Amino acid sequence: MTSQFRRRPALVAATAAMTALVVSACSSGTEEEGGSEAPASSGSFEYLSLAENSAVQDTLAALSEDQCTAADETAALEVTTQPQASFDQQMQLLAGQGALPTLFAAGNSPQVIKDIHGSGQLVDIDAALEELGHPDAIIPAARSTVESLYDGELYVLPTEFNVEGIWYNEDLFEEHGVTAPTTWDDLVASAQTLSDAGVTPFAAAGKDGWPLTRLVGNYIFRSLGPDAMQAVADGEASLTDPEYVEAAAAVAELGAGEFFGPSVGSIDYTTAMNQFLNGEAAMFYMGSWALANFNDPTQNTIGEGSIGFIPFPDVEGGEGDSTQLAANVGVPLAMAQNAYDAGAQEWLGCIAEHFGGESLTEQGVITGFAAEAEATDLPPLTGVVQDRIATAETTVLWFEALFDSKAQTTSYTNAQLLVTGQMSPEDFMAAVQADLG
Amino acid sequence: MGHLLGDRRAIALLLGPALVVYTLVMLVPVAWSMGYTLFEGNAISGFTFVGTENLSRLVEDPNARDALWFTVRFAIVLTLVQVAVGYLLSLLYVFVLRRASGVVRTLVFFPVVLPTVAVALMFQQLFESAPRTGPVNALLEAVGIGGVDWFASGSTSFWVIILMETWRSMGFYAVLLYAGLVDIPEETLESARLDGASGARLVRHIVLPLSLPVLLSSVIFSINGTLKVFDSVLALTNGGPGSQTTPLTLYMYQTSFAYGEYGYGSSIALLLTLLSLVATLFIFRSSRRDLTKA
Repeated sequence: MTSQFRRRPALVAATAAMTALVVSACSSGTEEEGGSEAPASSGSFEYLSLAENSAVQDTLAALSEDQCTAADETAALEVTTQPQASFDQQMQLLAGQGALPTLFAAGNSPQVIKDIHGSGQLVDIDAALEELGHPDAIIPAARSTVESLYDGELYVLPTEFNVEGIWYNEDLFEEHGVTAPTTWDDLVASAQTLSDAGVTPFAAAGKDGWPLTRLVGNYIFRSLGPDAMQAVADGEASLTDPEYVEAAAAVAELGAGEFFGPSVGSIDYTTAMNQFLNGEAAMFYMGSWALANFNDPTQNTIGEGSIGFIPFPDVEGGEGDSTQLAANVGVPLAMAQNAYDAGAQEWLGCIAEHFGGESLTEQGVITGFAAEAEATDLPPLTGVVQDRIATAETTVLWFEALFDSKAQTTSYTNAQLLVTGQMSPEDFMAAVQADLG
Repeated sequence: MGHLLGDRRAIALLLGPALVVYTLVMLVPVAWSMGYTLFEGNAISGFTFVGTENLSRLVEDPNARDALWFTVRFAIVLTLVQVAVGYLLSLLYVFVLRRASGVVRTLVFFPVVLPTVAVALMFQQLFESAPRTGPVNALLEAVGIGGVDWFASGSTSFWVIILMETWRSMGFYAVLLYAGLVDIPEETLESARLDGASGARLVRHIVLPLSLPVLLSSVIFSINGTLKVFDSVLALTNGGPGSQTTPLTLYMYQTSFAYGEYGYGSSIALLLTLLSLVATLFIFRSSRRDLTKA
């Protein structure tokens, strides 16, 4: 009995300690939130990057040692990475806790960053650049792409500006007597000729899905005009309408002709890139970010001079045309409002001023920033793309640009079923439309 | 000691901390998740009350139906296969290999301790059809059957997952059932043999009835694990092609964390809970009947 009494205080103490531990664990999150709102610099400039994208990290690192040393002294650059596949979840978790890093990649689905913006957690980049005295830091073409993607607002930094189209192997075309197609029918005929000669007409990453649905989207823009996907987003048209289903059917036909080669569903991005750069496939629908691979002689064995570029061809009788280049801003960057302190401000100013030039000259990546630096010794293909961007009057987005994450995932994952004939074009479009609501 | 445990306050103090922790990490999230079924939204956009909308959506959702069907099919097929293979292995250990079974047991058990993702990557390579031809397809081509694009259709992917899971878990069930088999008294077996029972008849009339309780435990273990399958499917097929190999767990995860629909995700979790409850009730009812018979 006495021993029981003696032990009781110990038990009470243990219980109390336990409770204190649990309570302190639960409450630690809120304290951090309050502390990071101070306008003075926190001393660090955190950047959360996609693990797969090293170009932005490298450019920021180079800036921190050169043009942006002053900003880096105020707030030291700290890079963390997260794989692309789980990036959206990570952003949602961080945003839910109010713990977004100062600068971060805007994720896969534009919808997620729109939601975060809707909850008031992002810096209004447009206003911030104006305040810092860089109102013209972003080039008009990139601005218009960002605005059409994000409901007419500018709250992301376009660290890439890409145009998309069909890259083709000029040597293979010449060898088999094929000329660069200008209409969809030409494209199918060329693919047939190449296929008959034993050449895989298209390299396509069916495992990722998006390189296939890009074709569906482009077909829609060519046949129904540049506003066709906006009409779907606004509920004025449905993907199950026959004119939209026609696009899926056209791409399914490419699959039925085995123009994507065997086992397209097992081909990932890197493999597709290799197929094209090894000369195994004649055409490759891809964005201009692939220039980094094309300009790398260790990867590109067919030679940079053998690669040609054509915009997605016209669809006969269609309302859109091939001057309307498909464009995107890659994965742009956003800044968290509650981490926007003096250091972040200094960094933003420096990025606005120097990022474009540094990225173009050192990484060969064309950005949406005005590049002051005169880059004269650019690779010729990069020059071709720059000219295209300069002359493009209207740009169009891509198939999933205005979808939510669910419809986007459905589109990506079912694309391989569409081109392997396991899902009809009607069912494919109906599945995506069902998720759009 | 008896006096101490008779004291209610002492019991409360002893159990209290564990109960508090358990309540915080288990019961509160469960109740919370149940509550979410009445709401829709996520941590960014906030939550709005939608009543029973999520549940009625669940009833009509063809994707949820597909995922439920896949989960049930997967659980039944895999349970049958892995317990059967495990049982055959345990019979092999006890009646054929006997004392020499140690090395074989260790080798067969080895995949159990391997990380799921590593195993999934290995099976991806084994069954690969492009860009490289994997060993399985190379073998099929060599014998003249021709390669199969295993991951291009839901039905072939399903069997690759079943095969992988069986390979991964058969060692576990073999050891579990082996423990049950070695408990069968040697005298019983001996007397059965003297009565002329051998081979299949011995197994059918003596070994099987006597190992029924441990077989049942294996089935419970297996159903429990297979209804909750997640990591192996995620790593091997990621639910594809399309959503043809998506179990409820993966659909729940995608809905909540990729699509930001916590409410609907919680409703799927509720469906999974009900499914587990039905499976548990079913097993315990049938076990009670069987045990009284035995």
